[in-house]
Amino acid sequence: MSYNPLGTFRLEAAELLDEIEQAALSLDSAGWTQETIHRLFRAFHTIKGSGAMCGLDAVAGFTHHVESLLDRVRDGSIPVTPELTGVVLQARDHIRWLLDSEDAGGDAGEALIALIGRLSEDPGATAEAVAAETAPAVAPIDDGEPRTWRILFRPNPSILLFGTNPAALFKDLRSLGSCQIEAHTGDVPPLDRIEADHCYLWWTVLLDTSAEEAAIRDVFIFVEDDAKIDIERVSAPAVDAAPAPVAGTPVREPAPAPPQPIPAPRPAATPAPAAKARESTVRVPAERLDRLVNLIGELVMNQSRLARASSEVRVAEYTAPVEELSRLIAELRDHVLSIRMLPIGTLFGRFRRLVHDLSAELGKDVELITQGAETELDKSILDQLGEPLVHCLRNSLDHGVESPDERAERGKPRRGTIRLTASHEGSNVVVSIQDDGRGIARKAVLAKAVEQGLIDAGANPADREILDMILLPGFSTARKVSNVSGRGVGMDAVKRAIENLRGTLTLASEEGQGTTISLTLPLTLAIIEGLLFEAGGGQFIVPMASVTENVDLTAVERQRGNGRNLISVRGELIPYIDLREMFGIEGRRPPVERVLIVRHENERFGLVVDRVLGTHQTVIQSLGRFYRRVEVVSGATIMGDGRVALIVDPPAIVRLANRSRSPGRRPERA
Amino acid sequence: MITETRHYITFKLGDELFAIDVAQVREVLEVAQITKVPTAPAYMRGVVNVRGQSTAVVDLRRRFGLPPAGDTVHTRIIVLELTLDGEDTVIGAIADSVHEVIEFDPSNINPPPRIAMRWRSELIQGMGKRGDDFVIILDAGAVFSSDEIALAEEAAGLEVVSRQPVSQ
Repeated sequence: MSYNPLGTFRLEAAELLDEIEQAALSLDSAGWTQETIHRLFRAFHTIKGSGAMCGLDAVAGFTHHVESLLDRVRDGSIPVTPELTGVVLQARDHIRWLLDSEDAGGDAGEALIALIGRLSEDPGATAEAVAAETAPAVAPIDDGEPRTWRILFRPNPSILLFGTNPAALFKDLRSLGSCQIEAHTGDVPPLDRIEADHCYLWWTVLLDTSAEEAAIRDVFIFVEDDAKIDIERVSAPAVDAAPAPVAGTPVREPAPAPPQPIPAPRPAATPAPAAKARESTVRVPAERLDRLVNLIGELVMNQSRLARASSEVRVAEYTAPVEELSRLIAELRDHVLSIRMLPIGTLFGRFRRLVHDLSAELGKDVELITQGAETELDKSILDQLGEPLVHCLRNSLDHGVESPDERAERGKPRRGTIRLTASHEGSNVVVSIQDDGRGIARKAVLAKAVEQGLIDAGANPADREILDMILLPGFSTARKVSNVSGRGVGMDAVKRAIENLRGTLTLASEEGQGTTISLTLPLTLAIIEGLLFEAGGGQFIVPMASVTENVDLTAVERQRGNGRNLISVRGELIPYIDLREMFGIEGRRPPVERVLIVRHENERFGLVVDRVLGTHQTVIQSLGRFYRRVEVVSGATIMGDGRVALIVDPPAIVRLANRSRSPGRRPERA
Repeated sequence: MITETRHYITFKLGDELFAIDVAQVREVLEVAQITKVPTAPAYMRGVVNVRGQSTAVVDLRRRFGLPPAGDTVHTRIIVLELTLDGEDTVIGAIADSVHEVIEFDPSNINPPPRIAMRWRSELIQGMGKRGDDFVIILDAGAVFSSDEIALAEEAAGLEVVSRQPVSQ
């Protein structure tokens, strides 16, 4: 793979911008510390530095202003206010825009720079803007006496490989004050052992400056993990006297060390950057992981074929290795799938910004509380979960949470709360969005349902049924169409999206108290535990998670049912759907059929099949573009004998059955 | 337009001889067990296992509106590799029989006739001359493009169930 510094920078910048957003938002919530400001500063600083290195002068120039502002926040001369948060967020967006619009002419963010300048109470900021494109990281702070510092800088030999140029660091140091720099050559090995791209030199610098120690450390901010850096104050502020002590003093380095990598010890005085706490990670393109998961899928399939063959030939020597192979493959599969698992917090992060912006737009005061951000889900599910969650949050903000005045009238705290939680429940992950708003007004829902002809005017549906009407296509009770939600594509689309992920959606709401939407999702989409069954010679699989039990259906019982398609399971009448009929399968039915009892949205229904063959570890393959319109089948899997079995989707089967039974009407209840 | 000498694989549907560029053909398989996909249109015969990957199979006879015929010992699945709407796709096409690989020089290929054709000219790249006979060179990309498939579905009188996207 060729090395693309600009691409790497963009990736890095995207992460930093996310980090900035999170840090800036936490300034709002009173939960911030000085470290939050440091994080912000470091992130902007890195963007500026790397941006300038990649020739993105517009980015570097603009970021410089934000950095200067934050520097003043850091030293306490500018307080943390909501206005500051706003400016930082706007600045972040502007940088993102600059990055996205490649060679951006036009808007250089003058307005924003002016705003930053005003906030810094520094009228010179705008004028400085043009001149300061590549200005040094930290401007000297005129806070009194110049001091002398002795700086030891001993980089890791490989530092040049990471694109750091020591000369640039010294240039930055010079901008702080006058410097005496001495290079030490004791580590340079004999010529035949020199690696051309290694740095064998180390330096001592005597710096006279009025700047703070932090400003000096900022110069080394990119290299502190890859170098030994000691900064100490020297009492005598004497530039002229410097040459003598420097030349003679090896500065706490008694003997030249052998040229081996230095394990980068951290000076105790430095505030520990977050970077240090991070685990070491490797960035891998998602498609490579997908390829790996596909290969595992094929491996699992072949393994089950082998196991089957081995059980048929009954050779004792094969049994143990085949079993061992199964165990290893199962372990390998779990590990590979776990690589694609990402914490849902990556998604939650985006929502804090959304809630911040939307509540401002809607004139509401809402706090978003997230829990269980560490809960992991398969990347492919996370990727498709964002939109439905955004929709739920918008709904909560727009329709759920009341305005501060209205809340005060009702005796609620002025600030509303939306709780976004994720947790494991068995082999599922449950994500819930809970608000403490006005809840779902049953009367309004009923009136709307009557108006849209979904129910008769005199009908008296159960509470649960009223709530479920919100999930019907085209249903929206919003009194007016706002920018935020209520455009007619509503909760039904969310529900459909969740069902496409083989998840379920449930609603709970108490009027005046709030609404909770719970999404139950599988951990992964790649492999499911399935129940294998047969209908008319074809093999099908239904996800095990949705099947509760299966029972016999005799011809006698069918007749007794009088064509009403109901079966009695321990006293409860359950409606059933005949798969042969629905799938257009011809031929003789077996005298005794099986009914799979499937749970869907708190209701049970039966699927009539020929016979049940048992459970099956199912590696799911997509049916591909030519079967996109087929809803009742969600995928395919290759069986041990090489045949293709289809994975049926119970919710879609119910939808199809309802459509063909009574188009456009509510489902019949048993 | 065809501008260079290429190899084509020939196959028959009914009495008519067709050809497809070999560059688009991955392999030719005997008809194994095809799993029918319920509620799909009739010209979609189902899915088969092609080297561990479930692959959709199109019945070319039905696709071109020919009367259906049962599979025989000569029936084959031509596995094609196509790029449709920028997406690499593998699809199987069922032909009554597959014959040979032949070479056509551009000078031996006529543009598709505009009129008096049983076959829609949009799906045809040209007519290859072979002695006194003509071979219909298909544009496989066009035959399986989503527009064409949608047309075929409409022709089949299917209820088109549109999916609503989740709103922003």
